[in-house]
Amino acid sequence: MIFYIARRLVWTLVVVFCVIGITYVVFYKLPAGNPALRFAGKSPTQQELTEIEHRLGLDRPWYVQFGKYAYNFFAGDKYGWPGLGYTFASGTSVKSLVFSRAPRTLLLIAGAAVLWLVSGVAIGVLSAVRRRSLTDRFAMGFALFGISTPVFWLGLMMLYIFWSKLGWAGGTGYVSPADSPTGFFSHMILPWVTLALLYAAFYARMTRNNLLETMGEDYIRTARAKGLSERRVIFKHGLRASLTPIVTMFGLDIALLVGGAVITETVFNIQGLGYLAINSATNQDLPIVAGVVLLAAVAVALANLVVDILYAFIDPRVRYA
Amino acid sequence: MSSGDGSLLLDVRGLTVRFPTPDGIVQAVSDVSFTVSRGETLGVVGESGSGKSVSNLAIMGLLNRSRTSIAGEVLFGGRNLLALPPDELRKIRGKDIAMVFQDPFACLHPMYRVGAQIAEAYSAHSDGGKGVAWNRAVELLDHVGIPNAKSRARDYPHQFSGGMRQRAMIAMALVHNPDILICDEPTTALDVTVQAQILELIEDVKREFNIGVILVTHDLGVVAETANSVMVMYAGRVMEYGPAGEIFSLPQHPYAWGLLDSMPSIEKRLESLVPIEGSPPSLLSPPSGCPFHPRCPYRFEPCPTERPPLQAPVPEAHLDACHLPWEKKVELGAQRAKKVAA
Repeated sequence: MIFYIARRLVWTLVVVFCVIGITYVVFYKLPAGNPALRFAGKSPTQQELTEIEHRLGLDRPWYVQFGKYAYNFFAGDKYGWPGLGYTFASGTSVKSLVFSRAPRTLLLIAGAAVLWLVSGVAIGVLSAVRRRSLTDRFAMGFALFGISTPVFWLGLMMLYIFWSKLGWAGGTGYVSPADSPTGFFSHMILPWVTLALLYAAFYARMTRNNLLETMGEDYIRTARAKGLSERRVIFKHGLRASLTPIVTMFGLDIALLVGGAVITETVFNIQGLGYLAINSATNQDLPIVAGVVLLAAVAVALANLVVDILYAFIDPRVRYA
Repeated sequence: MSSGDGSLLLDVRGLTVRFPTPDGIVQAVSDVSFTVSRGETLGVVGESGSGKSVSNLAIMGLLNRSRTSIAGEVLFGGRNLLALPPDELRKIRGKDIAMVFQDPFACLHPMYRVGAQIAEAYSAHSDGGKGVAWNRAVELLDHVGIPNAKSRARDYPHQFSGGMRQRAMIAMALVHNPDILICDEPTTALDVTVQAQILELIEDVKREFNIGVILVTHDLGVVAETANSVMVMYAGRVMEYGPAGEIFSLPQHPYAWGLLDSMPSIEKRLESLVPIEGSPPSLLSPPSGCPFHPRCPYRFEPCPTERPPLQAPVPEAHLDACHLPWEKKVELGAQRAKKVAA
């Protein structure tokens, strides 16, 4: 087990290193022209350009540049760890910007993830157990609705109904839980539900299909032959085996949302990481874009690591592979 | 029919199982009756799709009730299992009647320890604590011949070989000292060398616990070695049913002859094996009359139209379902018996 985890850890480091390499190539090497020009934001002076070239090591060979880039990320730069560089357009470190936005996105994802995991799996199980019943049809109808509803439309409808008309929830914007816990919840509940609905629908479908497939396995018949109650057969024997693919999906979905909850963030004006990235891209503030891209990619790599380790706990066959 | 030494355990009468499908009704088991007594091994033989497994799943109540229609009676301990509410049947299942399945590779849950799965079977019908259940699991694993049972109980199924898994399945079936052990092709998925060990284990268990065994197989060799009585099934019907000695000394049904002819043995050379021509009939539209008549080399006028009843053709014979005159059965059957002996 320890050997397995160590091996996964080493692999994750390799992957992160590759991610840094690709980010470096994409932002420094692939585009034509002077990278300093792109990193400087709009209309820089010649003096600023020379300063940037020196800071990024553009006056040195590429392997020194890359070495510096990678070293800064792993060891941190003068703005702290992880070193993500400095944005000349906003005149501050990328790290401080990212760290001020990250809690919003992470709290948005966390709340939505709990909602969609619990409701998705519950609906899926119910649907599978009552297969072809009215409950099943209704649940799968809901899933179809969730999957096909565009997030921006759903978000706006939520705001219209529950904020504007009914006044049950807080409106757009973000309230820090440190400032007002109730304000935080009342402002987050709609984004949570909006973001969770799509995923809940996917998870419900997947849980239903996995569980139905598992319930046809021979070991389920064995469990029944033991004289176990149907509840125990479903929850202990069926669900356990059906949940493995869901754990994989869950880890990756969360990681992808780190940079990808943009629409929800925009509709509800939460101004998290996705908003930061999009905004910086339109303003051609490349250091921030590069920083967010790098962090999002690393988040995916780390989520993969967590999923792999969880997998080993869930499925003993993985440990010995 | 029992050649065992004990009392009647299971009395199955007119068991019929139908599955409604989009293409029509599949009658998987038709009017099957048999008994199992203490100390008896009943061998159930037939090709794939002859209804062997389905009848046993019906007895265990393991068929989906909403998608099957089951008729007949399964009398056990004075109660008709088919008429019991699901919760009552569940109390019998795994406790008084236990089952060992065909494929030990697929029948154990891959994510739980072998010992835990056996312990769970114990806890399903007993209030003893977890420790008691675990100890019982280790005890039984040891009993069925798993070396180092105490540590192997902590293994996962994928760390067991096929034979060991089947032993574990047998251990699981035995936790409550059941009255009846149903073994559904317990050796089909195993290596030949392991097959003999598993059969021996089942025999030992039967003798030791004095239980009744239903051994489903398509291997007549297995039946010849272990069964006291034999039931030959074809297309969901009983073709021949009697004491094992009689079935092998004087098989009465052409289908049984076909099975015997197609059975390889060390003495028989491969070219002397005679396969049964054709393939088993579709149960959606079974043949009229005798279900075996399209493949039977001895068919005559009544076979395609009249279904032969399962009865003893003469008082000293065992049950068969065939129109052939008794003299013909004796003549042709004796030839098979000689062939088998040769």
